[in-house]
Amino acid sequence: MRREIPTFIAFFVGIICIVQFFIPHWPFGGMVNTFSDWFGLLQAFAIWLGALNLIKVSLERSFNKKSHDRWYGIVVVFSFLLIAIIGLFFSGARGFQLAGTRFDFLYVNIYTPLSSTMFAILAFFVASASYRAFRARSWEATLLLVAAFLVMLGRVPLGDTLTGFAPDGYRLSDIASWIMTYPQVAGQRAIMIGIALGVASASLRLILGLERSYLGGE
Amino acid sequence: MADMTPTNGNASFFEKMMRIDRRVIFVFIGVALIFPMFLNVTQHLPVSREVQMASDALEAIPEGALVLFACDYDPPSAPELQPMAVSAFKVALRKKWRMVIIGLWPQGPQQANMALNTALADPRYKDVHLTEGVDYVNLGFQSGNEAVIQKMGSDIPTTFPRDYRGIPVNQIPIMRGIKNLGNFDFVVNISAGYPGTREWVQFGVDRFGVKMISGSTAVQTTEMFPYVGRQLLGLVGGMRGAAEFEQSTDNPGLALRFMVGQSVAHVIVIAFILIGNAAYFATRAGRKKS
Repeated sequence: MRREIPTFIAFFVGIICIVQFFIPHWPFGGMVNTFSDWFGLLQAFAIWLGALNLIKVSLERSFNKKSHDRWYGIVVVFSFLLIAIIGLFFSGARGFQLAGTRFDFLYVNIYTPLSSTMFAILAFFVASASYRAFRARSWEATLLLVAAFLVMLGRVPLGDTLTGFAPDGYRLSDIASWIMTYPQVAGQRAIMIGIALGVASASLRLILGLERSYLGGE
Repeated sequence: MADMTPTNGNASFFEKMMRIDRRVIFVFIGVALIFPMFLNVTQHLPVSREVQMASDALEAIPEGALVLFACDYDPPSAPELQPMAVSAFKVALRKKWRMVIIGLWPQGPQQANMALNTALADPRYKDVHLTEGVDYVNLGFQSGNEAVIQKMGSDIPTTFPRDYRGIPVNQIPIMRGIKNLGNFDFVVNISAGYPGTREWVQFGVDRFGVKMISGSTAVQTTEMFPYVGRQLLGLVGGMRGAAEFEQSTDNPGLALRFMVGQSVAHVIVIAFILIGNAAYFATRAGRKKS
């Protein structure tokens, strides 16, 4: 029964979700709203599970004196507890995200600059990776290189300054826009259709119980 | 690298170029990005078709319309997306729209509040005094990703039973009469990934027929291009898109200023790519000779 009941739930919910797409009236519309509530609840529990797991792993690392990463674990646990306690007990309950609360202070002055900094570091790594990766080693690589070159220059004002002499429609920004609008969209559509077909077939396998790996075991 | 034995002076120089320390590139990029921040220079940009479509779509919304701002992003994406949100809110203030703000990302509603406050700080809107709950409301974050959009299509008050401050939606004046997505005249989605524009298109637009524009990060803009014209009435992509959006909505701001740094950074990256390729071909010729 440990496998049959979850498989039946997946089948029932999946079929109802498909049916309500075509018949959004009673009882299917209401049932899907209920399933959406269940999904939200499950996801909320999953967030808790993730948070608790993070704390467990970080605590284990913090107490392991041989681990080189123990200080990272300590920082994670401390930061987690700090923001959770401040948010839950010292920031005006439900309105904890409002401007002027202690939680908002931490968000604006610590979380925002730290996370922005982490993301901004990408610019440096992208530059370094571009230098090493964009080599005209083959015909395909050369095509990619030329496209990247045109789009990078076309997406900044300098591109148009350099090609200011060209007639309208032939400047670098126009060429970059053409690459983005036509060849890029054609490739994206092909990828999207492929993904959609894959998702549809994987979903059908889940709904029909042919794919049960999400239940664990073999 | 070991097989690239230098055979002459030129090859030796290029050999060094092939092995250039990445920290050198970091320094160049750092200077390129930081220095222009201290210059108060803005550049005029030609506005691309998809951004102009977004601006035109916003202009076409009548005064006093009810607009949903779905802010699905967090601080790491804010340099690109916050200027878009600020510009969109400035248009909203100018056109006196009633605004409902939500987020499928936990940090989204807080970012939206910051953007709205920035828009209100613009001297052009100093006479605008918004009353929370009457002129706008922030319903906060709701977990559930696309399931939230799906449920908003039929019942918003049960999807968001309370606002950001904890006030029940049936006590909020602006929420009176709002039952589902069909009650909104327009949706402005600012998105940094999943859940975001793709889910809004699949569930909000295709299923419930909402009219929408999207502001998205440069990384995911390419994935959104296929939707432009039908599902999306406009697309604002990346820092460049944000700068064009500021220009086309007549709200010059941070994105236009940051374009100078981005221009210089792109030129440096291109220069390094050219140097790298020159070195690659020079050392390859050297290898063939040896």
